[in-house]
Amino acid sequence: MLLAVLSGFILALFAPLICRVAGDRCGWVFALLPATLFVWFAWLLPEVMANGAQVVRYPWFPAMEINLDFLIDGLSLMFALLISGIGTFILIYAGGYLKGHPYLGRFYVVMLSFMASMLGVVLSDNLVTLFVFWELTSITSYLLIGFEHEDVKARASALQGLFVTVAGGLALMAGLIMLGTMAGSYSLNDVLASDADLLGHEWAVPMLLCILAGAFTKSAQVPFHFWLPNAMAAPTPVSAFLHSATMVKAGVYLLARLNPALGEAELWTLLLSFFGGLTMFTGAFMAITHTGAKKVLAYSTIMALGTLVMLIGIGTHYALVAFATFLVAHSLYKGALFMIAGILDHETGTKDVAEMGGLASLMPVTSVAAAVAALSLAGLPPLLGFVGKELMFEAVLDAPAWQMLLPVLAFGAGIGVMVAAGIIAIKPFYGKRLETPKHPHEAPVSMLAGPVVLAGLSLLFGVALFIPEQTLVAPVVASLGGAAEKVHLALWHGINMPLILSLGCLVVAGLILRFWSRLQPQLDVLREGLGRFGPEAGYFRIMEWLTRIATWQTRVLQNGTMGNYMITLALTTVGITGFTLITQYGVPLRLPVPDSGFAAGIALLMIVSAFFATGTVSRLGSVAAMSIVGFAVALIFILFSAPDLGITQILVETLTVILLVLVLFRLPGFTRMSSPLERWRDIIVAVMVGALMTVLILAATEVQFFEPISAEHVARSVSDGHGRNIVNVILVDFRALDTLGEMFVLALAAVGVYSMIRLKAEDQTA
Amino acid sequence: METLMAYIVGAMFAAAVYMMLRRSIVKLVIGLMLLSNAANLLIFTVAGMRQGAPPLVPEGAEVPASAVADPLPQALILTAIVIAFGVLAFSVVLIHRAYEVVGTDDLDRMKDTDT
Repeated sequence: MLLAVLSGFILALFAPLICRVAGDRCGWVFALLPATLFVWFAWLLPEVMANGAQVVRYPWFPAMEINLDFLIDGLSLMFALLISGIGTFILIYAGGYLKGHPYLGRFYVVMLSFMASMLGVVLSDNLVTLFVFWELTSITSYLLIGFEHEDVKARASALQGLFVTVAGGLALMAGLIMLGTMAGSYSLNDVLASDADLLGHEWAVPMLLCILAGAFTKSAQVPFHFWLPNAMAAPTPVSAFLHSATMVKAGVYLLARLNPALGEAELWTLLLSFFGGLTMFTGAFMAITHTGAKKVLAYSTIMALGTLVMLIGIGTHYALVAFATFLVAHSLYKGALFMIAGILDHETGTKDVAEMGGLASLMPVTSVAAAVAALSLAGLPPLLGFVGKELMFEAVLDAPAWQMLLPVLAFGAGIGVMVAAGIIAIKPFYGKRLETPKHPHEAPVSMLAGPVVLAGLSLLFGVALFIPEQTLVAPVVASLGGAAEKVHLALWHGINMPLILSLGCLVVAGLILRFWSRLQPQLDVLREGLGRFGPEAGYFRIMEWLTRIATWQTRVLQNGTMGNYMITLALTTVGITGFTLITQYGVPLRLPVPDSGFAAGIALLMIVSAFFATGTVSRLGSVAAMSIVGFAVALIFILFSAPDLGITQILVETLTVILLVLVLFRLPGFTRMSSPLERWRDIIVAVMVGALMTVLILAATEVQFFEPISAEHVARSVSDGHGRNIVNVILVDFRALDTLGEMFVLALAAVGVYSMIRLKAEDQTA
Repeated sequence: METLMAYIVGAMFAAAVYMMLRRSIVKLVIGLMLLSNAANLLIFTVAGMRQGAPPLVPEGAEVPASAVADPLPQALILTAIVIAFGVLAFSVVLIHRAYEVVGTDDLDRMKDTDT
């Protein structure tokens, strides 16, 4: 299992090399990995169906309960199958789409890592590991969205996606930690099985809100939905993958995963169905106001995500069956449609559907695949999308009474996606042939494989419903706590309310499509009006304020004046250390009583010299006074049993004086630069620092917390270090690595000094 | 002695900080030297001061006959003294170089060079 998840990362390491060797066919080579994984996951499925969930454990940081544990049950396997299955075709497709791209190797590095991270999210059993993979998907998708990094818009979109999802990720982390603490275990399996009263806990509401914030941002729920359409700046294979099986589905996965544990909460049901329903409607509505093929699809993804979240929120048996069916159907048709949108873009040279028409005769295979996938999107029989949509209507109608709003929203959304499907599958291929920037012809096999297979599966699953029912839907329902044996999918349920709703949608959608071109100007106006007040405008306002505050803060804190930095540092130190010191120990004021005349003399000498060094206007006087302090320090070292220190100090002090005298006297003499007011300010700061240090020493010499560790050094100096000078033994033996580091520092300083002197010499000769 | 040292170190710190707050770059260097001496002395004092007991093992013995001064702070200070000298040498040359390039020893006027 560990290998299955990590193999993507391993292959990513070698991706540039493989790209160079395999050339144009590298997509096919990379696809071997997800294809193998797909087969393996499929092989695991019957076993899991028979024996229930399995947990595979690999200790990572066992002491902190952070382990590479994997939970394999129906839900995680279905997601893993979608990721690896669709991933296979995406990788092949990318090989054709980005053929000859200079950064193809880099693309596959990120893409494979992204896929592996996504597998990690859906398979992790450990909450912390799940979060790590979750963040990895955010980071890799950032790199993928901004892949065309020379494009300003791509960079801005990537950053927007990153900000939104990472902000949500932060909330999620807090939520998961709360959840883990409340349940007493960080293992998902244990959390789900836990009989602790999670919902009665005092943290229940903040925990729920944090987790929902994470899932909603990731899964682009209103009002965080705006990043997803902008993420279209990514190359099409990325969009296809991001929308169909990965990234945005991570949030849905998490909600579904936690539903058995948290689904009972009133708040959970309320928020999920409300925001899900709202997102569903918003997505469907926004989809029909756009003409860019990818934009239309992006908003229809938002609609689908809203639907899925809403279904989890409703949480009845019907809703769970609808959830699983809709999820599979959506992944299949959305993957196919995005790849088709990419083909259209690639072959015609324009992204705008309004500029395309009559392509069916030129691209027969694409047009058929598009028609099948779009029928599934629209939810027409006999495709899997139809079954999913009928179940969704069923679930919504069946929902508890206070969710009356949902059928209305669902009906509106149903109309929206049908129109969207029409826009994407009818407009470009049929009707009058329109001239496009490039002369289109059928796409290469590598680009057709994905759409054809995925659209084919939509059809196959729709006709042979027992396949998805037994292999995908039933296991998912089982792991969501539903009754797997009650799952029964059928195309024909008789004439009932959902069917009537579907027919109603079809009629209205047909009318809208008929007049779509004529409605465009009004829709444009509407969209712009909404854009001004929508959540995206809020995002820009927040970013603007963030920049403004950052600028202001930089101007205040980083103003380039050395003195300001010093004062800030000094006052912060005094404030924080002083506060701690005084609250912990009081002010241990003891007056200095010199124990001998000699001590009094040396103290007087040092203090007077130090102050003289600061006050004098003579450079030489200042340096001399400073060196008197230095030599007095050496004297103290020698007197108090530190001969080595004394010797070193005398040596260094002598060198210092020589150096200062040599260099500093080539600089101008002292002049009064600061005003009296500034000097007083500096004096006050300096005295505060000095007083703090005095109090610090007084407090520190009073208490000893621990036995000094040097007892060991003293005892083992001769026996282990073979030296009689213990300080030297410590330096060259016990702490030899420190000394080595010190030598590096000195060498670096020497190199720096040397190069600056050389530089000077060259300047003068030049 | 430790109490007296506390006041000496405090005075040295005050003098050092005051010097480092001056605008003359030469004073900054002198302040830096005072600061490193003050810091060394602080560690030395806090570790406990003991007269006439250097951390040496007499010839023929395995361990010192009686208690000796703590050798570990001494080793740390020794490192600090040498590093401080390295920093000083580097900063002195850097300052001299900066003066040549910028043409001023006033720190407040040096800040405009990067804009």
